[in-house]
Amino acid sequence: MSEASPAKAYALHLGVIALLFALSFVLPDYHHGLLARIMVLAVFAMGYNMLFGYVGLLSLGHAMFFAAGLYGAGLSVIHLGWSLPLAFLAGIACGALLSLVIGLLALRTTGVAFMIVTMMFAQVFYLTILYFAAWTGGDQGLVVPQPARVLTFGATSLDLTNPTVRYMSALALFSVVLLITLAIVRSRHGRVLVAIRENEERTKMLGYDTFSNKLAAMIVSGTICAASGAAYALLFGYVGSSFASVQYSILPLLWVLLGGAATTLGALIGTVFMYYVIDIASGYTSAYLLIVGIALILLVLFFPKGILGTIRQRWLGWLP
Amino acid sequence: MPRYRQSKLKNRGTAVTDKNGFFDLSRSTLSRRTALKGLAAGAGLTLAPGFVRYSQAQSSAPIKIGFQSHRTGIGAAYGRWYEKTSAAAVKAINDAGGINGRPIELVIEDDGTDPARGAEVVGKFATQHKTDIVFGTLFSHVVMGSAPAAGENKIPYFVVSEGHHVASTKLNRYVFQPGITDVKSQIQSMAPWIAANAGKKVTQIFPDFAFGYDHRDYLPPALKTQGAEVIAQIAIPPTESSFTKYFPQIPAETEVIYHVMVGPAVLTFVKELGEFYGSNRPQLFGFIDSLEATDINSPGLEFLDGSHFWEGSPRYAQADDSAAQKAYRAAVGIDDNGASVGDAKDVSTAAHMFGCWETLYVVKKAMEDAGYKGPEDRAKLVEATEALTEFAEGPEHPQGPKTFNGKIHQCFGIQNISKVEGGKLKVVHKTKIEDGLYEAEGDYTTQAL
Repeated sequence: MSEASPAKAYALHLGVIALLFALSFVLPDYHHGLLARIMVLAVFAMGYNMLFGYVGLLSLGHAMFFAAGLYGAGLSVIHLGWSLPLAFLAGIACGALLSLVIGLLALRTTGVAFMIVTMMFAQVFYLTILYFAAWTGGDQGLVVPQPARVLTFGATSLDLTNPTVRYMSALALFSVVLLITLAIVRSRHGRVLVAIRENEERTKMLGYDTFSNKLAAMIVSGTICAASGAAYALLFGYVGSSFASVQYSILPLLWVLLGGAATTLGALIGTVFMYYVIDIASGYTSAYLLIVGIALILLVLFFPKGILGTIRQRWLGWLP
Repeated sequence: MPRYRQSKLKNRGTAVTDKNGFFDLSRSTLSRRTALKGLAAGAGLTLAPGFVRYSQAQSSAPIKIGFQSHRTGIGAAYGRWYEKTSAAAVKAINDAGGINGRPIELVIEDDGTDPARGAEVVGKFATQHKTDIVFGTLFSHVVMGSAPAAGENKIPYFVVSEGHHVASTKLNRYVFQPGITDVKSQIQSMAPWIAANAGKKVTQIFPDFAFGYDHRDYLPPALKTQGAEVIAQIAIPPTESSFTKYFPQIPAETEVIYHVMVGPAVLTFVKELGEFYGSNRPQLFGFIDSLEATDINSPGLEFLDGSHFWEGSPRYAQADDSAAQKAYRAAVGIDDNGASVGDAKDVSTAAHMFGCWETLYVVKKAMEDAGYKGPEDRAKLVEATEALTEFAEGPEHPQGPKTFNGKIHQCFGIQNISKVEGGKLKVVHKTKIEDGLYEAEGDYTTQAL
């Protein structure tokens, strides 16, 4: 893989952000709303990619970090009446704390054991949500009231239920996380993470503290996922336990695999692709998951490194 | 879009026929030349292809109803029957002239019984299909997930869920449940009969999630007012597949076991309960939700013989069925055993699916009251629905008469208590509407439209 100049890499990413900004003005209403949702969930995928793509740790429990942000932000508004910025930060803090604790415990394992441990922790988190149904709404979930989803700055206010405000909020979050991700993977820390993925023992022998680096990646990953969950609660107004189920641990894995693991933009591409395959296929048949399955098999056969991963391998070696 | 442009024409029409308007013939001095010009211009406009299209749009374009269907996922059995019932109701309404002379067109999208997808589907109906309303959701978590999208898009959302979420007034002004009673009302209605006929000491066994919690929370106070009590509550985790270990928790003095287990494990639950008690069991009372779309004569369910169930609408044809009930069953295509005509093994979700039929007739009534023309009249539709107060029993409401509380967007109606006898469910008691009434917990009408 050849190295891109910083200007080239940042120009590409800023170009993608500019494209998404421009799309806000031309997309039909439905796709405008769908893309806002996709951008928030692409942040979830980017957080997952940080650990899976760059460190090579396959987690089957990242739904708990998304849900930590979702509930952290949602419950702060619903039960404590906190303002939206404070609730958003609360969601992020919940995710950061949870990923620290889970990281300290789960990173003692690797490979299949890591998958199982993370899945078990996520299951515990899911059942905890059901257990405390009096506060979490259990499997039925809770609605964040529409009047509470208005951001006020003195005399001005931003209504997060307004499609344009919501789209721009989602884009802002997506942009910040995309640029942070890019900065991390291009940093010394990012290179150490890739070294751990390629050969952890050798990285240790070179004098790096691999546990600390992995823990840092875990916290960054969990925090980004929590930011996505917190944004989801506040932008779309629903907090429910299905977001903590195993399905939501598998989904970011699929999005990242589709778009291309260890590519900064692959998470967005994978999420967009998967969303539209489901959206279009479900309009024709109730067996749309079969079509999704076939699409996944074809992608694995012809794009084994995901869409962007294959493009990087064959044509654009400089893609970060 | 034709409908919006048509609405502009309509608004102009309203203005020019206003007594104070500039075109009031009684006040103006209109020359013959001006009149002829006007007539010629009018004729030209009428002949223009666009005008013809708009006129047709106004008079005969279908009313599009977005049907949020559980075609896949855990709610698929319900979703299939909800679709059948809705299709039958739409056919009946269209055959009788539609709504305000316009036919109904159902636009169906699968929500996968998933709340996140449910919200997307509501958004899709509002912004892509541009349906007039959204309708048909059953599962509570999907309703909860979708309700914010309905409120934001300001599209009326008529659910057939039986959850208490709508009546709790925790959702928003665009969400209605006018075709099926809510679980709080159902449980409250059951209490007097249980206390008087089954026993005073009740043990509850319920799934450890929201549906079970409704029963856990609403039954004890309802029984208390009848001089009975809940002596034990046993919550069973949703992941459980064997239940024998929970049965020793049932107190020996239990006179009635009140069970609301749902999902595929219910057959195992009943079988193991039968093995635990043998022939010497307490009275059993359950909600048919456990056995919707399941043959009551399935192997393992013999133990239920002689037990009682709540039913919204009876699965089996009853000797005293009204003509309306018979016509409804024929239209939907279910036989005397509540199974699909032509496939005796395809058992329906009869206790709930009538709600789709009745909700569509409520929509029809509200749209006619509102003079509904198109999406620009959605607020009027909300207000017209809120103004409804009662629905008489008949072809439009075959399950029975209902009242409607516009403040909490919830209907109240009769419930059936049926006994398993000879492999069939026979209605032994019908509750009164008053049995299920409770204090309103809020008022949606105070919310802005």
